Amino acid sequence: MKLLNYTTLIFSAILLLLLSLWAVIFYFEMLDEIYDSLDDGLDNQKVLVIQKLQQDPGLLQAPFGENGFEVEEIPKEQALGFIDAYRDTLMFMQNERDYEPARLLESVFSQDGKYYRLMVVSSMVEEDDLVKELFFALLWLYFGLILSIILLNGLLHRKIWKPFYKLLSQLGDFSLEKDVQVRTVPTRIVEFQLLNAQIEKLLRRTVDTYKGQKQFIENTSHELQTPLAISINKLELLVENNDLSDRQIEDLGSVIENLERLTRFNRSLLLLSKIENLQFPEMEKVNFNELTGELATEFEDLALHREMQLQIKQGPLLQHQMNRDLATILVSNLLKNALIHGEKGSVVEVEFLPDRLQISNLGVAQALDPASLSSRFRKTDVNSKSSGLGLSISRAIAERFGLQLSYTYTGKHVFRLDF
Amino acid sequence: MKILIIEDEKEMLQNMRQTLEMENYVVETAASFEQAVSKLGVYRYDCILLDIGLPDGNGLELLEEIKKNGFQDGVIIVSARDSLDDKIRGLDLGADDYLAKPFHTAELNARVKAVLRRKKFDGSKTLNIANLEIDLDAHSVRVEGREMELNRKEFDVLLYLCTNEGRLVSRSALAEHVWGDHIDQADSFEFIYSQIKNLRKKLSGSGADIEVKSVYGIGYKLLRL
Repeated sequence: MKLLNYTTLIFSAILLLLLSLWAVIFYFEMLDEIYDSLDDGLDNQKVLVIQKLQQDPGLLQAPFGENGFEVEEIPKEQALGFIDAYRDTLMFMQNERDYEPARLLESVFSQDGKYYRLMVVSSMVEEDDLVKELFFALLWLYFGLILSIILLNGLLHRKIWKPFYKLLSQLGDFSLEKDVQVRTVPTRIVEFQLLNAQIEKLLRRTVDTYKGQKQFIENTSHELQTPLAISINKLELLVENNDLSDRQIEDLGSVIENLERLTRFNRSLLLLSKIENLQFPEMEKVNFNELTGELATEFEDLALHREMQLQIKQGPLLQHQMNRDLATILVSNLLKNALIHGEKGSVVEVEFLPDRLQISNLGVAQALDPASLSSRFRKTDVNSKSSGLGLSISRAIAERFGLQLSYTYTGKHVFRLDF
Repeated sequence: MKILIIEDEKEMLQNMRQTLEMENYVVETAASFEQAVSKLGVYRYDCILLDIGLPDGNGLELLEEIKKNGFQDGVIIVSARDSLDDKIRGLDLGADDYLAKPFHTAELNARVKAVLRRKKFDGSKTLNIANLEIDLDAHSVRVEGREMELNRKEFDVLLYLCTNEGRLVSRSALAEHVWGDHIDQADSFEFIYSQIKNLRKKLSGSGADIEVKSVYGIGYKLLRL
């Protein structure tokens, strides 16, 4: 949920609650005020009626309602204990042709030694009408408020949160490998200033750490080369010493083999960090159709040995501006991967499609974890002597030059390179 | 044949020296930039193995110096950096070859021989071993005058083994040299074995007086019968 929608929703809920509460209180206050005012009016009317009756006693016999009051003679005992009373009642209204609520004042007075009970009545505001009116007024108020909140929020949002969204979009584009700078927008708001500062600090630290690690890997790999070279060469020279038994030679062979594995691994690691360090600046337009054809002949021996066939289906011309050596490594790693992991006797298909190179092979009838493509070390077979870095290198190369390498399983293992 | 090794790692130097002395070359060494400068100022060599990562100077400067003076010494750059820049710069400056550490002794031997061949036997680009004549330009092999049918890779394998005649060539050295990085995976040894089997068949079929002997667990050795 967007922040804007979220705050609007919360405001709406709070306003609804507040306004409802306020409406109830307001309604009763209002009603109270109305009764008060009506009762005052009735009181005044009573005084006027009594004065009028004193001047014109004939009115004492008039029927109720005609003059808005009713007079009735009552015994003295009843009159003495009487206190003025206001009551709600119903009164027939000619214009509405219905009983409508009315307010009634009951009082007593004495005139010429006789006691009378007096009732004055006054039409009252219709409660349901009042509630209805109040409800609609509140509804309008409510929507008016919400609307202004939305408008204000939207307006302020765009202005106030601008640095935040700017930062957010920059962070989205940020990639450690690409070394993109995140530029924060200057702001007067302290929280955003803090956020900017913290993010800058965090990124700087992350980039430094990342660079440091890359440098570390590269340096370590470099430093390993010489001791590896010395060890391998020493063993090779030792084997050429003719007074060793077959058993000893075999053991030495195994040591050399393992050192060679280490060497290959080290080389791959070095290559990987070099690609990530953008150390291959020479670019040219590489023709993948030709390159793949050339590499396919290089792999003929291996394919033959694995009783496999490398089938190239030429199609549209696929070219890309990149480093030729890396393009070679990219394609040969994919071909090698297909040949090494492909089923013996099957066909590896290399297809040129519009903006896409696709290499598919039969193999273990189980999809690889696509995420493993993006992790550095992928090993399906523990005993495998491969470094598991081949695909990582391919991915790094593809990424470096804006190509997209992806994997799908459709009964076949399919690696596709999107241009 | 006189060879100079410029290398600051003592043990590396010793290994290289031992490897090349087995081929009966006269080997001299320099363990620093300064030593190299003084040696190069006085003597000429058929081949110089130059480590460019010297602690007291950049080996590429030595190369520049050699080329500036018009000396004909063959130069192979040896580097632990395996960096494309160094390789390109070195070759641009006139180095004959570039060898990245770590390398196999067989590879070192083959590279040095190739440089020496280029420097010394201009014109005659053939290699004779037993009753074989290997034409390096035409990529053809004749046994007592009869052409032997070899494909490109088989030729490369044979040439590599011949260059390292009598010496142990490990399977991975052979694989790296002939197939490059393409065959460095799990079943490479089986693969190499089947390639060698084919080559052996052809060698015995054409009556060559050499054999490719297996050194169990490591690799192969080419011997005269």
